[in-house]
Amino acid sequence: MQRLLAGPLRVVNVGLAGFGRDLDANGVPVVQVDWRPPSKLQAVLQRLEERAAQIDSANDEALRRILAADPVLVGVRRAGDLIPELDGGQLILHAGPPLTWERMCGPLRGAICGAIVFEGWASDLAAAERLVERGSVRFAPNHHFGAVGPMTGITTRSQPLLIVENRAFGNSARCTINEGLGKVMRFGGNDAEVLARLAWLRDEFGPLLDRALQANPVALSPLIARGLTMGDEMHQRNVACSSLLLRAIAPHLAVAGSSPAVARALQFIAGNDQFFLNVGMAMGKSMTDPAQGIAHSTVVTVMCRNGTDFGIRVAALGDRWFTAPVEMPQGLYFPGFSAADANPDIGDSAILEAIGLGAFAMAAAPAVAGFVGAGGFQDAVGYTRSMAEISATRNQKWAIPALEFAGTPTGIDIRRVVETGIAPAINTGIAHKRAGVGQVGAGVARAPLACFEQALAAFADAR
Amino acid sequence: MLANRVERGRYLDSVALMRVSRRLGALPGVEAAALMIGTPSNKALLREAGLLSADGERAEPNDLVIAVRAADAGAALDAAAAMLAEKPAQASEALRHVATLRRALELEPQANLALISVPGEFAAAEARKALERGLNAMVFSDNVSIEDEVALKQFAAQKKLLLMGPDCGTALIAGEPLAFANAVPRGDIGIVSASGTGLQEVSCLIARMGGGVSHGIGVGGRDLDERVGALGMLAALDMLDADPATRTLVLISKPPAPRVAAKVLERVRRSAKRSVVCFLGSEQPGLARTLTEAAEQAMQKKLAADTPPRGEARGRVKGLYCGGTLAAEAELILGDRGECVDLGDDQYTRGRPHPMIEPELRNEHIPAALADPAISVLLFDVVLGYGASADPAGVLIQGLRGSRKLAIASVTGTEEDPQRWSRQVAALRAAGVHVAPSNAHAAALALSLSS
Repeated sequence: MQRLLAGPLRVVNVGLAGFGRDLDANGVPVVQVDWRPPSKLQAVLQRLEERAAQIDSANDEALRRILAADPVLVGVRRAGDLIPELDGGQLILHAGPPLTWERMCGPLRGAICGAIVFEGWASDLAAAERLVERGSVRFAPNHHFGAVGPMTGITTRSQPLLIVENRAFGNSARCTINEGLGKVMRFGGNDAEVLARLAWLRDEFGPLLDRALQANPVALSPLIARGLTMGDEMHQRNVACSSLLLRAIAPHLAVAGSSPAVARALQFIAGNDQFFLNVGMAMGKSMTDPAQGIAHSTVVTVMCRNGTDFGIRVAALGDRWFTAPVEMPQGLYFPGFSAADANPDIGDSAILEAIGLGAFAMAAAPAVAGFVGAGGFQDAVGYTRSMAEISATRNQKWAIPALEFAGTPTGIDIRRVVETGIAPAINTGIAHKRAGVGQVGAGVARAPLACFEQALAAFADAR
Repeated sequence: MLANRVERGRYLDSVALMRVSRRLGALPGVEAAALMIGTPSNKALLREAGLLSADGERAEPNDLVIAVRAADAGAALDAAAAMLAEKPAQASEALRHVATLRRALELEPQANLALISVPGEFAAAEARKALERGLNAMVFSDNVSIEDEVALKQFAAQKKLLLMGPDCGTALIAGEPLAFANAVPRGDIGIVSASGTGLQEVSCLIARMGGGVSHGIGVGGRDLDERVGALGMLAALDMLDADPATRTLVLISKPPAPRVAAKVLERVRRSAKRSVVCFLGSEQPGLARTLTEAAEQAMQKKLAADTPPRGEARGRVKGLYCGGTLAAEAELILGDRGECVDLGDDQYTRGRPHPMIEPELRNEHIPAALADPAISVLLFDVVLGYGASADPAGVLIQGLRGSRKLAIASVTGTEEDPQRWSRQVAALRAAGVHVAPSNAHAAALALSLSS
């Protein structure tokens, strides 16, 4: 304490921010702790403190695996060939944790009916709905089959799926091809135009892209690193990564098919700023899967939503889902739409936040901050900083120039989420709550704290 | 109509919430308004005030409750939301914000002091965390149990760390003002005080007499209670005794329990340094009787007296005070010629910021004093410094508009304070308020004029 009197004073201000501002104005180094009352699980956190060394080292291993990933986009295959269960019966995969038809939101039901017509299981949407009501169609989450899908995330047997291989661990993950903006199935669109595009993806674009990728697999980690320096956060904004990917595969596409087909393919990718989104999602899934099942690790491996429930999985807790009702995104709406039209949070795309992209990398994408309603650049930085508080480490391979090249905060630790009360933020598109309308805005959603609280309680009881 | 809105997972500090509460309550058509975090104790307060609805009852300690009783409750709730959405006037972007102490120490590994101002029921846990991590701590929060206070002070001693408070409103460490403190030049006088405003008054008087302060250590109002046994003051004396920058020791407290007083005085006698002790209200010979005397003895000179106003007022003195110790000092001097109200007392500040932050609270009590024919002299303190109102003199002048009674005030502050002592004094004088050089002078003057 004698050292305190010798100065200089350096203060941590816990509570009233005015005291911190005064010290700051006087030139005293000060860090402001924006204090909030302790979690109701304080006792559980306390108990876990005794296991901190064991948990920390398990988390180090989980993060080692996530950061060592070498995801490569290798090709495109028919879903049923990759996931035999899809050919075994009328099975439809969807975004988020499991749920029954009765609890599904409008866009998800709409997308399912469209998919049934697309697969030829029913002749029109009304017949499709009757088929479901009869109980003939089974549903399961994409995550149960090594897949992910944006928004409604519908995966059916004949759709072409992008394949990302994690060459560091030999596992792979897949995702549908992004259909573009406007009226699309991922937002619940299901009319003839939507189905025609899906057929084209299946019959022409998918096989063409596969041939190009066979000739030239694309390593994704370096591509992400460059995309971050070009203003993408890979969830709401994929302009740079879509362009970089197109640049990498265009020469190979050019020789992969007939001129008109190639022209249509190039035009399709060039016209879709979010083309890379689905590639990034499959990449995310391929990166966190190797961390699944690491005993004692409190790192989140999956975050996803089905429009009704938000679900997470945690490394040490294997295949268990921890779910809570999804929240409404806060954001900006396209002209003519408002929050009253919005569907609750939906999609497997939150896998991107689980690997430190999206809202976690918001500081890399100031252009997104305004669009998703986060405010100005300082607010974007604020998002990344606060996500760092709940993350176990930073990914130095993916650096953010505006933060002095600090790495993206990576590896959500359920202990930190519960302790700080900071819920992971997720950059997201907003779907209309009625099937078939499509995207009506974009914003930021929060993962419900209850998922993390349940997971923490289960983790503490697990041995 | 009563309505509550609960915002899940939203936390704001109580000062910010009380400010919004006050603005909201002042809107036309709003009968009562309160914004509070949903802790059990806060919910009890709201319930007692008849402001808690069934919605509010379900709030948890991590939720914000907005409670209104208004003609159009929906509109009032929306107004509250709009006020909460306003950005703070000062750009605090330079300040690094984090959620946990652990993270703060990652950013500032050299940190040596935690300033803790969380609600009292959580303050002891935060202080313990800080001490465990090797930080000295200043606990501004009050409402910490005496058992926790003793345990914390013992733990700090064991860790060889300084614990100031709980209920420590003021400190000056290595020349830096903390919480409600003034911009006082550095010097060789070390102060240990169980009173925040006492420390402010003495350090400001020292500054105005041309001296300076090495350190001003606050120990909290209960430190010299029998149950705490001056654990804080004795530790602070050890520190200042060993501190080469300190040559004179000044102790400030209310009269302690005799056993505790003896212990403290014995410790002071053992010091080779010159010492001044002020146990405000104690008749013990050799001790400074007022805060002014304590400052004068420390400086070994007299504070320049002022020219008293002419005339005589036949009647009693009424003191309306923001600083509790200043009120006590004035009352000691006035004896049976007047009384002083400490408006910082809990009974006046429930759900409202302390009158040092918002002296508007005092103005509400001025009309009654003006209307009372038995009262001929009004006595005030005006406390400047960090944390205090930006213009307390201006607020007081507003409250005295139209008064023909004699008003005497003293201004506790320094020239370097954000409000500037001379500017506040000049404003008061221009408004016809007589400004004395210190609180003790002001009270003595009021006494001499009232007889």
